[in-house]
Amino acid sequence: MRRIRLGSAAVAACLALLLAACGGGDDALDEGTQPNEQASVTVGSTNFSEQLILAQMYAAVLEKAGVEVEVRPNLGAREVVFPALEKGEIDLLPEYNGSVLSFLKTDATETTADEVNTALTPLLDGKSLVALEQSPAEDKDGLAVTKETADQYGLAKVSDLKGKAGQLVIGGPPELETRPAGIPGLKKVYGIEDFKEFKALDAGGPLTTSALNKGDIDVGRVFTTQGAISDNGWVLLEEDKPLQPAQNIVPIGRKDAMTEQVTSTLNALAPKITTEELTKLNKLVDVDKQDPEKVASDWLTQQGLL
Amino acid sequence: MNVIADVVSWLTDPAQWSGPDGIPVRTLQHLWYSLLATAIAAAVALPIGIFIGHTGRGALFAVNLTNLGRAIPSLGIIILMFTLVGFGLVPVLVALIALAVPPIVTNSYIGIRSVDRDVREAAEGMGMRGRQVLWQVELPVAMPLIMAGVRTSTVQVVATATLAAFVGLGGLGRYLIDGLSQRDLPQVVGGAILVAVLSLLTELALGRVQTLVVPRGLGQRGADAAVRAKVEKAA
Amino acid sequence: MSDAQRPVLAAELIRWSWVGDHLDDIRDYLIQHVQLTVLAVLFGLLLAFPLSLAAIRWPRMYGPILGFTGILFTIPSLALFILLIPFTGLSIRTSLIGLTMYTLLILVRNMVEGLRGVDRDVREAAQAMGYTRARQLFQVELPLALPVIMAGIRIATVTTIGLVTVTALIGQGGLGRLFIDGFTLNFTTPIVVGIVLSALLAFAADLTLVGVQHRLTPWARSRGR
Repeated sequence: MRRIRLGSAAVAACLALLLAACGGGDDALDEGTQPNEQASVTVGSTNFSEQLILAQMYAAVLEKAGVEVEVRPNLGAREVVFPALEKGEIDLLPEYNGSVLSFLKTDATETTADEVNTALTPLLDGKSLVALEQSPAEDKDGLAVTKETADQYGLAKVSDLKGKAGQLVIGGPPELETRPAGIPGLKKVYGIEDFKEFKALDAGGPLTTSALNKGDIDVGRVFTTQGAISDNGWVLLEEDKPLQPAQNIVPIGRKDAMTEQVTSTLNALAPKITTEELTKLNKLVDVDKQDPEKVASDWLTQQGLL
Repeated sequence: MNVIADVVSWLTDPAQWSGPDGIPVRTLQHLWYSLLATAIAAAVALPIGIFIGHTGRGALFAVNLTNLGRAIPSLGIIILMFTLVGFGLVPVLVALIALAVPPIVTNSYIGIRSVDRDVREAAEGMGMRGRQVLWQVELPVAMPLIMAGVRTSTVQVVATATLAAFVGLGGLGRYLIDGLSQRDLPQVVGGAILVAVLSLLTELALGRVQTLVVPRGLGQRGADAAVRAKVEKAA
Repeated sequence: MSDAQRPVLAAELIRWSWVGDHLDDIRDYLIQHVQLTVLAVLFGLLLAFPLSLAAIRWPRMYGPILGFTGILFTIPSLALFILLIPFTGLSIRTSLIGLTMYTLLILVRNMVEGLRGVDRDVREAAQAMGYTRARQLFQVELPLALPVIMAGIRIATVTTIGLVTVTALIGQGGLGRLFIDGFTLNFTTPIVVGIVLSALLAFAADLTLVGVQHRLTPWARSRGR
């Protein structure tokens, strides 16, 4: 029947139109995300303030050196951002050697910087990625408690948790429950029994900060350079047995985007970033609410790098 | 196709069906947030909608509220409330209530308004007073539309309660967030399926409730058609 | 609990100097928000149109089509975007696929209801006048169904504007990026700016569509008055 043919024809025409539109749309959209002819470097970052500062630092020094830079800060958790690096949607990411290793090799147990770096290099190589020179600055994973909790339970070192964990609620990123350096490691290395409860929150972010301050958790997984620790008067439990891997700050980039110029520029910046300086900068953003971009450029100017 | 097998084995693993992060507990948490939010929303929205419908005052507000409500981003409300009051149930509840109130107000208003003028006049002619007209005539007749509003809101709330996990609470959204962090894709897919199934079941269950609550004589089919016509007009 | 519990910026919901310093970013986010919304609704229409025609041509397909788009609609947005990342990455495509999927249920339902609602007499009159099926569709049925279709487009547009913010969790998000930035920095100003602007954008879009509908259906206007 004529009518049926017409209906089908309309359907087919519309589908064809749609495909054409999609095809056209994709080409136009791709230009923004693909590195075009190595002219520009896209710097990404994950979702906590230190990452925003570091990404802006990398971008600023590269720009100064005449490299065209695009910044895509605050893209999400590492689980979202690192694959984007692998796919070439971003070219450069401020990272932490220990965290990247446990991300690429979930059962990693290396702890010293040398061990970590040795294990990391071939893994990155296989993904056409490269780690540039690492900074002396380290932002390790640590456990913090409020002053009150520390006094009440007599906590100063991680091993003090032994025998008391059963009364305490611990909170941290969801992977804390499963990673070797997380709760399983506390059990294995320190002999700390099960905590009363594990609350899945975030990696040193607003959830953990608020839950710890409000008493919803007793022990929080934090980053050791976090401004919140001194600001809230928390007690950072001293790590008295080797469990946490080294966490030196290191730029990780795509091999094809890390030209001579990019590499030498970032390598010149690396030694200037120390734990002490970084902690100070984090505090400016976390506590004093300054803009990460401004904090980065002010500091670089002060260091004579801009 | 490996993924499908992994998801099936995630969903059917007995370990997944017990303990504090098992599916039953997570589902109950999810329903608890949803129920609490919808109940509070209904307690706020029903009187407002019925009052506006009964008196005719503020009609423009009631009609447009649903559309206004759609413009409010739930994620923004949760994050704003979290930044203001910190960890806990409040941010999630506020966002879910803000989501649930508008459709209930609009539908209960339209429901009461749609009562035939003749019917209302007949009731008054029989000597009923304002309040009696409301309770004995307007409300029963408006019930299909009022229930439709509650149903719309509840289903939206159940789907959106997933965001509770984003601010560190429980519910089925946990599987999405934890699965992402623990790089466990089957857990993400399994969680998504559970949320979708729960929303569909909620929709069906409330459809059932609706047929029970609506007085006999007001046919379900007619009611549904009336709802659709009214809602389209309102939009 | 300690006095460390003080609400950091409760007294200061909005810091205007921040807004002044970030006008460029805010404008870029707004543009991206509009872009994502417009593309998603357009792709949604392009997909919904043939689906609706099929549902009208073969009424038995309407149930399954509604069921399918309904199931797409119930997939939690957070999960959908997480699951798309391995395939489409952090690109705008990931957001668009998801956002388009969510418009389908609303658009198909209103298109089908609108086209079905056209008076049988009108249709028969057109046939009697010797209109071809295509001419009848485009010159008679679509214009008459327009109010209901436009109602669907309005709902889809406003809903999409809200959903765009969720894609901020995967590095897109338009104004939703302001939520995430505020969350990361524990700072209310960007969050408030994001909520207000995305709500305003939704109103503006809705009003614009009402205006478009008004112009497209002059007959309804004169009848309405």
